[in-house]
Amino acid sequence: MNTSDTLVRLSKAGIYKDKKWLVRDVDLEINRGKIVTLIGPNGSGKTTTAKIALGLYKSISGNVERNTQNISYVPQKVSIDWTLPVRVIDFMVLTQNLKQDDISEALDLTGVKHLKRSNLRDLSGGEFQRVLLARAIAKKPDLLVLDEPVQGVDFTGEVALYSLIKEISEKLNCGILLISHDLHVVMSATDYVVCLNGHVCCCGTPKDVAQSKHYKELFGEKSAELLSIYEHNHDHVHSSDGNIIKEIK
Amino acid sequence: MLDDFLVRAIIAGIGIALVTGPLGCFVVWRRLSFFGDTLAHSALLGVLLSISLNINVSLTIFVVSSLVALILLRLEKSTNLAGDSLLGLISHSSLAIGLVILGFLSFIRFDVLGVLFGDILSVNTNDLLFIWIGGGLILAVLFYIWKPLFASTVNYELAEAEGMNPERVNAIFTILLAALIAISIKMIGVLLITGLLIIPTAMARNLSNNPKQMVVLSIIGGLLSVFIGLYASFEINTASGPSIVVVALILFILSLLRIGKKNYEK
Repeated sequence: MNTSDTLVRLSKAGIYKDKKWLVRDVDLEINRGKIVTLIGPNGSGKTTTAKIALGLYKSISGNVERNTQNISYVPQKVSIDWTLPVRVIDFMVLTQNLKQDDISEALDLTGVKHLKRSNLRDLSGGEFQRVLLARAIAKKPDLLVLDEPVQGVDFTGEVALYSLIKEISEKLNCGILLISHDLHVVMSATDYVVCLNGHVCCCGTPKDVAQSKHYKELFGEKSAELLSIYEHNHDHVHSSDGNIIKEIK
Repeated sequence: MLDDFLVRAIIAGIGIALVTGPLGCFVVWRRLSFFGDTLAHSALLGVLLSISLNINVSLTIFVVSSLVALILLRLEKSTNLAGDSLLGLISHSSLAIGLVILGFLSFIRFDVLGVLFGDILSVNTNDLLFIWIGGGLILAVLFYIWKPLFASTVNYELAEAEGMNPERVNAIFTILLAALIAISIKMIGVLLITGLLIIPTAMARNLSNNPKQMVVLSIIGGLLSVFIGLYASFEINTASGPSIVVVALILFILSLLRIGKKNYEK
């Protein structure tokens, strides 16, 4: 791999806190235009690893090499209080200053341009996740870190969101670090999978990981079988309002 | 002109309403109305300390309320009690300590009702200075921390991840709240200041669909409450604080009519 394309590289990275390792010895490399997915059971250190990559911790063991400052992060479980009258357009510029064009472009890319003036509380779960994505990509980051981006979204919505994430990585040519604990759907949109359980259990292409012995031990024989079921190509994709918008192949 | 107590009261009221509008929005958004109540209750303690030690009332209230706010923030982190229990604990303890001290001060003629419900007759030119300079400072600081404060109100984790330092702006905001209580006690009173903070804001929420609009409407609501409330207080001889809050309530009820219509149109 070309090193100049490497956005973040973790070598033997870990966090030791309150007399135990939250996660240890993680080797990980995120490259431009690639999607890396972290999977693993609850408490296996997925979010911790992502935060190490983001540089949110002060003291870590191991080494983190970061070649960009232009990073967007979408945390797990973003919930908005209904007492706040916040429109999508207010939400986009919450912590950043953006040009109108960039806002429109980002909302367009994630397919929610028509909701620009809607209140956040009127959005469905899937629409809100798309707005979160739009907010994260509006400043055209080099690296995008998404912590469980499909929470509260139904199954077909999940498939659509993952293909959208794939599209984003291609259009913006950015690296994406994706966290997920649902293994089946995520595989189709991933270049590289790291399976965590306090340490790196196994890693490789989705296929390699699915066949790995460790993966089967961690998630059980059943999920490996499930995986193969979902490893088919969809022949069309949906827009956020449910219409078929294009055919693949 | 400043000799007329009604003119002084109106100038004071305008100053206070300009500050309670924006601060009240954050109190409603962040669900801090009981927190505001607690700070206000501790103001009684501040008033009594200022009388017994013979120092400036507003300053003493500001210091006492700020201390209470910081103690609360600290306790929330280090105890296993839920926020509302802690608030109840501090709120009633400070009220009780205040009233016990009042018992010791029986040699001083002291108008408790004035502190509890506000007394426009007591607003002097000095107080006007405190209200307008203090209010100006509060608004200036609020304007300065607006973006990080609003971001951390919408979502704490998001603001933290994007380097907005939400913990610090939250602490600053509680100090601003203490400062507001310090400048408005004479006018509105310990028991009702939270009413002026949240009722016009609640009215504004019914009528607005974005944050800026809500701030503007709650300032307008506050100003109307002060004008009409003070006029009524003057004409029919009622206490100023309750009159202002009752007007705010009437405005809120009127705003409900509007929201009912909106739902019907949907």
